Order: sequence, then C-alpha cells, then structure tokens
Amino acid sequence: MAETRGAIAPYRAILASRMRAQRSYRSNFRIDLTSSFLVGFVELAEVWVLFHNVHELGGFTFTQILLVFGLADFCFSIGDMLFGHCDELTKYVRAGTLDVFYLRPQPILLQLITSDISLKRLSRAAVGLTALVIALVINDIAWSPSAVLLLSLALVSGIAIFSAMFVWAAGLQFFLINGAEMTNAFVYGGRYAATQPAAVWSRPLKVVFGFFFPMAFTAYLPVIALLGLPGPAWLPAWLGWCSPVAALWAWGMALLCWRWGLRHYQGGGG
Amino acid sequence: MSPIIETQGLTREFALRGRGLRRTRLTAVDDLTFTIDPGEAVGYIGANGAGKSTTIKMLCGILVPTNGTVSTCGLRPVEDRVKLARRVGVVFGQRSQLWWDLPVEESFRILASIHRLPKTQEKARTEELVDCLEMADYLATPVRQLSLGQRMRAEVSAALLHSPDLVILDEPTIGLDVLSKQRLREFLVDERERHGTTLMLTTHDMGDIERLCERVLVVDHGRLAFDGTIGGLSRTVGAQRVLVVDLAEPTPDLVDVPGTTHLGSESRGLQQRFAFDAEQLTAAQALAAVSQRAEVRDLSIEEPDIEDVVRRVYASSR
Amino acid sequence: MRANLQITRRLVWSGFRQQSTYRLAALGGLVANATFGFLKVAILFATVRAAGGELNGYDVATMSAYIWLSQGLLGSVNLHGRSELTERIKSGDVTIDFLRPLNVQLSHVASEVGASLFALIPRGLPSIGIGVVVVGMAMPDSPWPYLLGFLSVVLGITLGALVVYAIGTSGFWLIETRGIQSLYMVVSGLLAGLFVPIGLFPTWLLAFAEATPFPSMLMYPVDILSGRVSGVGSLRLVGVQCFWLGLTWLAGHFLTAAGRRKLEVQGG
Repeated sequence: MAETRGAIAPYRAILASRMRAQRSYRSNFRIDLTSSFLVGFVELAEVWVLFHNVHELGGFTFTQILLVFGLADFCFSIGDMLFGHCDELTKYVRAGTLDVFYLRPQPILLQLITSDISLKRLSRAAVGLTALVIALVINDIAWSPSAVLLLSLALVSGIAIFSAMFVWAAGLQFFLINGAEMTNAFVYGGRYAATQPAAVWSRPLKVVFGFFFPMAFTAYLPVIALLGLPGPAWLPAWLGWCSPVAALWAWGMALLCWRWGLRHYQGGGG
Repeated sequence: MSPIIETQGLTREFALRGRGLRRTRLTAVDDLTFTIDPGEAVGYIGANGAGKSTTIKMLCGILVPTNGTVSTCGLRPVEDRVKLARRVGVVFGQRSQLWWDLPVEESFRILASIHRLPKTQEKARTEELVDCLEMADYLATPVRQLSLGQRMRAEVSAALLHSPDLVILDEPTIGLDVLSKQRLREFLVDERERHGTTLMLTTHDMGDIERLCERVLVVDHGRLAFDGTIGGLSRTVGAQRVLVVDLAEPTPDLVDVPGTTHLGSESRGLQQRFAFDAEQLTAAQALAAVSQRAEVRDLSIEEPDIEDVVRRVYASSR
Repeated sequence: MRANLQITRRLVWSGFRQQSTYRLAALGGLVANATFGFLKVAILFATVRAAGGELNGYDVATMSAYIWLSQGLLGSVNLHGRSELTERIKSGDVTIDFLRPLNVQLSHVASEVGASLFALIPRGLPSIGIGVVVVGMAMPDSPWPYLLGFLSVVLGITLGALVVYAIGTSGFWLIETRGIQSLYMVVSGLLAGLFVPIGLFPTWLLAFAEATPFPSMLMYPVDILSGRVSGVGSLRLVGVQCFWLGLTWLAGHFLTAAGRRKLEVQGG
C-alpha cells in the first residue's frame, strides 16, 4: 500500500502543481473555460442545425442523436482533458523535454501523460454531460440493471478509447514531425464521426471509424442497444455490449505505436 | 573498484536524409573506448558536432548505440534506465528540468517526490543546495523570471537533489558571467570533496577544465583523440598562456624575458603581451621576470582558448 | 507605392516557397481534408436524401461541390486562429519587426497569404480532385464562375489572414492568447459554414452569420466557384468580401499602432 502511494506521489505532485498554475491566471482561465464551453456548444449546434432541416437522419431523431452526441462528446472531453496534451509531443521533442523524461525514474509514457492536465476541458465536458443527462431523461429508455450496466460500460470504454487515440497519435508523432495533421484527421475526425449516426456511413467509413478506430463503439452502438433500435448493416445492436473489447483493441494499438515510436526515437531499430 | 562509466567500441550512426530518397549515414560516435572511475572529475571536450552530446545521450539511455557496449554505474543504460536515473544527475545546458511557470522551490519539491526522497533527506539536501548556491532570494520566483545565472544554479541543484553518484554536465557555464561561473565551479569542487561525486562535463571554457578536472578526454569526429591529464594535454599541444601587463610608462618591447615569447605591444609599449609555457613557468615566475625589467601597474592572464587546444589536438593526432 | 507592391510580392513569394518545404505536413493536411470530407459526405448526403433529394437549393451534386470545395479551401483559409504575430509578440521578437522599414501588418499578412496560396496546390486541388473523381460533384460550365471564384478565393484567404492578424494583436495586452484563439476557431468554423453550409441555417442564425466577416472567408468563394450563386449575385458577394477586407485592414492597422505604443511605453 505504502509502496503504491510512493509510486503515485510524483505524478500527483506534478498534476497538482499543473492545476494550480492553470488557475492562477484567473482571467485567462475564465476565457479558456468559456471558449472550451463554446466548442462543445457549437458542436452541438452543428448537429442541431442538420436535424432542424429534417425529421430523421440515419434512423435517428434529434432526441435520439442527442444521446449519441452527449455520450461521445462527454467521453471525448474527458479523454482530451487527461490525454490531450500528448498532442504536444513534437513540441516536447524539440524543447528537449522528452530527454529530460529519460533522466527520471518513471516510465516515459506515464510521465508524458501526467505532465499536464487541461482543466479548461471541464466546461466542454459539462456540455456533453448536460446533453447526455437531458437525453437520458427525454428518451424512451427501458431502465433496468442491464441498461445501467450498458451505459456504465459505454462511458468507461468511451473515455478509454478516446484516450487511446491520443496515445496512438503521440506514438506516430515520432515519425511524423510536422505531419501532426495526419493523426489529427483520425483523432479529431474520430470525435466528429463518433457523434454521427453511423448508419449514414459508407462501407469504407464503417471499416475505418466503425472498427479500426472503434468510434462507433463509444456512443452509437451502445445507444442503439440502449434504445432497442435495429443496427445497420455491419453494425448490429449487440455490438453495443462490446465496447470494452473495442477499448482493449484501441489501447493495444496505442501502446504498440507508442513503443514503436519510442524505439525510433532512441534509434534502436524499428 | 569497478569503473562508473565503461564504454567498449561505442559507436552511433545517424541516417541523414539526403536529396530525394537517398540516405547517407553519419557516424557521430566512432569506436569509443574509455573508462571513468568513481570519484574522478573528467572534462569531455571537442569541437561542435564532435559527438559529445551523442555520447552523453548513450550514457543516460536516451539513445541506443549502433555498436559497442556502454555501462553506467554498472548498469545497462537503455534496459536499466529507471534504476540508472536514481544514480545519475544530468544538466543539459540547453534543456530545462524545471517547470518554467512554477516557483523554483516547487520544482524542487516535485523532483524530490519523483526521486522518492524521504522528507528529512529532502529538507536537508534542499537546504544544503540552496545554501551553497545562494538561491534563497529567488526560491519563490517562477523559473521563467530568473536570470541565466540564477536558472543555471537552479538547474544544477535540480540535477543534484537526489545526491547522484555520477553527475554529467553539458555546457554548465555557457553564457554565464564571470561571477556566476566562479560560484558554480566552487560549488562543484565542494560537492566532490564532500560527497565523492564523480563528475563528467563538456565545456567550451578552458577555465572549467582547469578548475574542475584532473583528466581530459578529447573527441574528434566521434573518435577519442586524447585521454590524459590536463598537464599532459598542455604538453601535447604546447598550449601557451598569455601574460598581459600594463606598465607604468612607455617601454621599448621587452623581447628578452626568459621563458617567454614577446607577442606584441600597444600604446607605445604601455601594454605588452607575453606567451609562456604553462609546464615550464608559473604565472608568478613570468610576472617576476617581467617586473625585473619594468614597473608593472596591472596584469591579466589569458588562458588558452579551448577551441585552439582542440584544434591542436586534432592536428597532432592525425 | 510601387516599392510597397514589390515588397508585398516578395513576401507572398517567400511565404509560398517556405511552405513548399513541408511536404509531409501537406500530405497530412490532405489526409485530414479527405477524412473529414468523407464524413461530411456521409452526414450531409443523408440529410439531403432525408429531405427528399432537395434541401434549400442543395441536391446531392451541389452538396458534394460544397463539401469538397470547402475542404479544399480549409488548408488555405485561416480558420484555426494561429498566427505568426502572436508567437512573435510572446517571444518579444515583434520589436525587431517594428524596427524594420516595413509595414508590420502588411508583411505578416502577405507572407501568410503566400503560404496559403501554396497550400492550394498540395491540399486544395487534390481535395477537390477527390470530390470530382471519387464522389462526383456539380461544376459550372462557363469560365466566369472559375475566374471570379479564384478572385473570391484570394479575397477570402486574405480576409482570413487579416482577421487573424487583428485578433493576434490582442497579445500586446494579454499574457496568454490561446483561449481567444480557440474561441475564434469555434466561432469562425461555424459561421464560415465549415461543417454545415450556412444556407441550411435557420433564418435568424443565417442573418447573424451574414452580419460577420466569416462567410466571406469560405462560404462565398465556395458559392461562387460551385455556381450556386452566379451573375449579379456573385458580384455582390465579391463586393461584400471587399467591404470586410477594408474594414478588417483598418482595424488591424489601428490595433497595430496601439500595440506599438503600448510596447514603447512599457519598453517591451
């Protein structure tokens, strides 16, 4: 017990001081919170504008898509808050921060992950959470222990999947100095995809964002399972229960890419 | 006593992307073999791009050698990186280990927790470092507001906080003013005496080497060009010190001072410059010899330029 | 005046050439453009179909034109809000810029426009190419929309650079401008019609968007190039673009002067 506490202490010390530092520039923190809130709000508005023109899209009404949006955006915001700074890896490499990580007796990836936390994302998560709660109330859901379990699994797995995406992207940054947009296409494109009704996707999109980057597992699939809706081709409703498997797959891929990237950085082959 | 650093045929190549898809290979470190014993203080010098930083990165496990072996503190740097990190302290002149927007003392606290120092040890060690490096005045200042000299002292403390057996310093005095350099050198001498710390430093400042190191390694294009004492280095390259004197009145060129070579005069002979061999003559002897011939008002000693020494080592080793 | 024009031309050219060294970045941008493009195709085509094949003047072919033209311009029109100016204010290098016998606003905007024009080659045209070849899209038959459209694109790119420059001057007064930058990113993306064409907005939101310079950056050039707006209507849009160009130029000019005074008073 004491051993684990000792192991966690350094990360806690860094994160606590990061949080203090962010809140110390009060006016700036307020602007950050506002803009981050607006990000979530505008993303919701974009979905709403589409549904304002039509009654149903991909078999979903606006009420139903609100559930998908809330779940996906909340999970993404939390993942972004905890892991989003992994995006800065290229900067860390240039500034030599990564070399400094090597001089400390902790795993490099853990140091990277705990090197920062962006509290401002909390306001964006609040948008997602509000949408989620409202959607859970106004949708016709047959509440049961299994529905609660399904939702919990989806929340935890969703956060894990988006977090894995950031780590995956960081691993590839070792190869793509200056080419961060390549991975952004899938990390941020993934978020965009996760808020859509996957029924509208073409087959290639189903392969890419349904399975390879398991975005459909973060919200769409659990929601059709929860609402008892039929799934489209290739994406049956029972897959909604498999989000933990998707999370494992995403993390496996992320860790593999990270290891590969680190090897490349050290120049030990790969 | 087993060596604290031991390299055997250490080699590191980099692939450079040339025009189009062609790739050329650059050998940054080439078949380097040396050992450093515990308690030694070693200067590691060479021209820019000679392979110094690459060597240091291999010693710390940041880079994997292309060939050869390296052992630091009896550990394999890449495989045992975590264990090694507890026993080595490194100061990279250009990259900071501190958190730029946090006060110095908070950076120290975080580092203490990273190295899992017990509270009592943390307190004692921090106090010792703050005291020796005179940092008490700016402990509560965020790192980004420090002057270069203050920041470098904080960096050195950060690297030494966990009382490492081996301290590697990459250009620790670069850009510092004379006083800050002086203070840092005195501290490092002190630290060695008190804790028996092994010191390895790269520098462009011959003064660092003379004050801190008993032994010098010179690298040239990744190869070891010289390994020996500082005296031996001077002998090899015939590095000469220069005595500059301001005389009381205009004097004809003093060309006949024994053991020295007259280099030149300025202001009608009011200021004259003499080169002398550090092995043959001390600065005091040279001064005495000049004083016999003219009244000296002021003097300064110019140390041999490290770039110049390195160049001569390169020339003599080829 | 002639000297100024020559300097501007040089700055544009050097910005253009600098960008050409980042090949991997350009490829990354293209991948991003295409990925988002296909996701937009999925959701927007479904919307048009759900509305019965026609929605506010959009059918599948014109919607495709909107998607791929806007994706193509995405790498060139500054909708992310990052600018060289904020970096230089933060590092203090901007004082050097003020010492040069060059108009600071002009030089920053000119080199950004140069870089953006370059981005049309590796990112813009291929994105549109994907739209034409893989998905298919509506294209005007006469040369006019292309000529006026190109002019409109250049105006849109310049306007984006001007607005971001003006916003970047906030760095003279604020320590940290990232919050403002991300605010810009969100608002500009929505109102410029990046994810949903503003023609699908409810009336009140459309009126609001039209009262801002954002549609002039992306939506209007796309409307002209795709032939959705033609004849007098397209000339009117170019006129609106010119209006915003003048206004934001003036704003940037006065903000630069104020920022410079602030620097001189506080000594940087």
